[in-house]
Amino acid sequence: MFDFLSSGRYDLLGAFWVTVQLTLYSAVGSLIWGTLLAGMRVSPVPLMRGFGTAYVNLVRNTPLTIIMVGSLLGLYQTLGFKLGADLSADIGFRLAVLAMVAYTGTFVCEALRSGINTVPVGQAEAARAMGLSFVQVLTLIVLPQAFRSVVAPLANVLIALTKNTTVASAIGVAEASFLMKNMVENETDALFAVFALIALGFIVLTLPTGLLLGWVSKRVAVKR
Amino acid sequence: MSGVSVTKGVEDAAPASGDLVVLSNVNKHFGALHVLQDIDLTIARGEVVVVIGPSGSGKSTLCRTINRLETIDSGDIRIDGKPLPQEGKELARLRSDVGMVFQSFNLFAHKTILENVTLGQIKVRKTDKKTAEDKARALLDRVGVGAQADKYPAQLSGGQQQRVAIARALAMEPKVMLFDEPTSALDPEMINEVLEVMQQLARDGMTMVVVTHEMGFARSAANRVVFMADGRIVEEATPDQFFSNPRSDRAKDFLSKILHH
Repeated sequence: MFDFLSSGRYDLLGAFWVTVQLTLYSAVGSLIWGTLLAGMRVSPVPLMRGFGTAYVNLVRNTPLTIIMVGSLLGLYQTLGFKLGADLSADIGFRLAVLAMVAYTGTFVCEALRSGINTVPVGQAEAARAMGLSFVQVLTLIVLPQAFRSVVAPLANVLIALTKNTTVASAIGVAEASFLMKNMVENETDALFAVFALIALGFIVLTLPTGLLLGWVSKRVAVKR
Repeated sequence: MSGVSVTKGVEDAAPASGDLVVLSNVNKHFGALHVLQDIDLTIARGEVVVVIGPSGSGKSTLCRTINRLETIDSGDIRIDGKPLPQEGKELARLRSDVGMVFQSFNLFAHKTILENVTLGQIKVRKTDKKTAEDKARALLDRVGVGAQADKYPAQLSGGQQQRVAIARALAMEPKVMLFDEPTSALDPEMINEVLEVMQQLARDGMTMVVVTHEMGFARSAANRVVFMADGRIVEEATPDQFFSNPRSDRAKDFLSKILHH
C-alpha cells in the first residue's frame, strides 16, 4: 500500500523538514511580533494602541491564503521585495514565513493580552510605585507572568501555525502538503494512503508539541 | 522672590523647609462621585500621619494620589517642594523616592522574596547585584523574614508578605512611605507583627502616611490623626485630642461605632 514511498520519487522527510523549518521560523517571528503588538495594545500611547488594535483586527480576519498569495504577488512580483534571497525557492520560503508571522502574530498578541489581564493590577501598581518605567513594568513584571499563564493557549496557536504552513504550498513552497499534491496526482490508486501518511506526519509534529507545552504550562504557572 | 504662584508665597519660596508632602486644594471625581473635595494636607518631614475614616470616605484614594497612582482633577501636590510630574521618566524618579505598601501586599508573584527586594535597587537605583542583595538581606532580617529570602511570595503568610513589602519599599530609601490599609487583608493574629515593624519605622523617624483602621496604632505611633468622611478632611488633631475629645459630630459618630465593642 505504501510501496510508492520506496520508488525514490518522493522526498517525504525533506518535505516535512521544510514544514518544520517554516513552523520554527514563523513561531519565533510570531512570538516576537505578537509580543510587540500586545505591548502596543496595552501601551499608554493612543497612536500605538490604535495601530495595534487596527492591525490585529484587520489581519486576524483576513484569510491566510490571501495574505500568503498577496505577499508573493504584491511584495515580490509587484514591488520587487526579495527579502535578501536570490533563489526563487528561498524567496518563496521567506515570503511564506513573513506572511505566517504577520498572520499568527495577531493570535499570539491576543493570547498574550488575555494573559496580561490575568495579572492582578496590583502587580503593575507596585512596580510603578517603585519607580519602574512603563517598558520595565511590562517586560519585568507583567509579561513574564502573562506568558506563564498563556502557555496552553500559545500551544494551540503553535499547533494551528504548524498546520497553517500547508498554505505556503499556494505560493510554491515545497513543504509537506506540496508533496502531497504531487503524490495525489501520481498515485491515484493509493489516495487514502497518501492522505493518511501526510496527516500522520502532522500528528507526529503537533501531538508532542501539545503534550510538552501542556506539561510546561503546569510547571511555570505562577502561584498566587 | 517674585514667585510665579502668589497664593502661598512664603512656603513656595522655601521648598527645603520641613514640609515634605503638600496637597493643596485637591479635587478628584470618580464619574459622578466627588471622591476628594478640596483636600489641603501638609505632612512635615519625620511626621507620622494616620488617615482614618469610614469606608468610601476617600482615604485610600488620597493616599494613592500622593504618588500619582490616582490622577487628580484639580489642585496641586508637591513632594519635597517639587510638583508631581506627568507620567514619564520624571514621575518614575519621584515615585522611587516614595515607598508604598498596599493592602494586598502586591509582591511580585514570579520572583523570590530576595528578588522582590533587590529589583528596584538594581533596575531603578542601578545598584550592583551584590550590594543590592546584601542590603535586601539586612532589610529582610530587620523585618524578621530573613529566613524566607529564597521562597516565593505565595509560600509566605500574609503577615510575612506584608513585612517583605515593607522591606521592598525601604530598599529604595524613600523619603516618605505610604501605607494603604496595610493590615486590612491580614488574619487578626498577623496584624501585630506588621504594626510592630511600622512602629519601629516611625520611631526611626520615617515620614509616614498611614491609612488604617488600627486605632491602637493611630494612638501609639501617630503624630497627627486626619479624619476623613465623604471625600473631605473633617478633622485633624493629635491622637490624644482626637480620640478623647473629637470636635466634629461625624468623628464622634464614627468613634462611637468602632470603639464600643
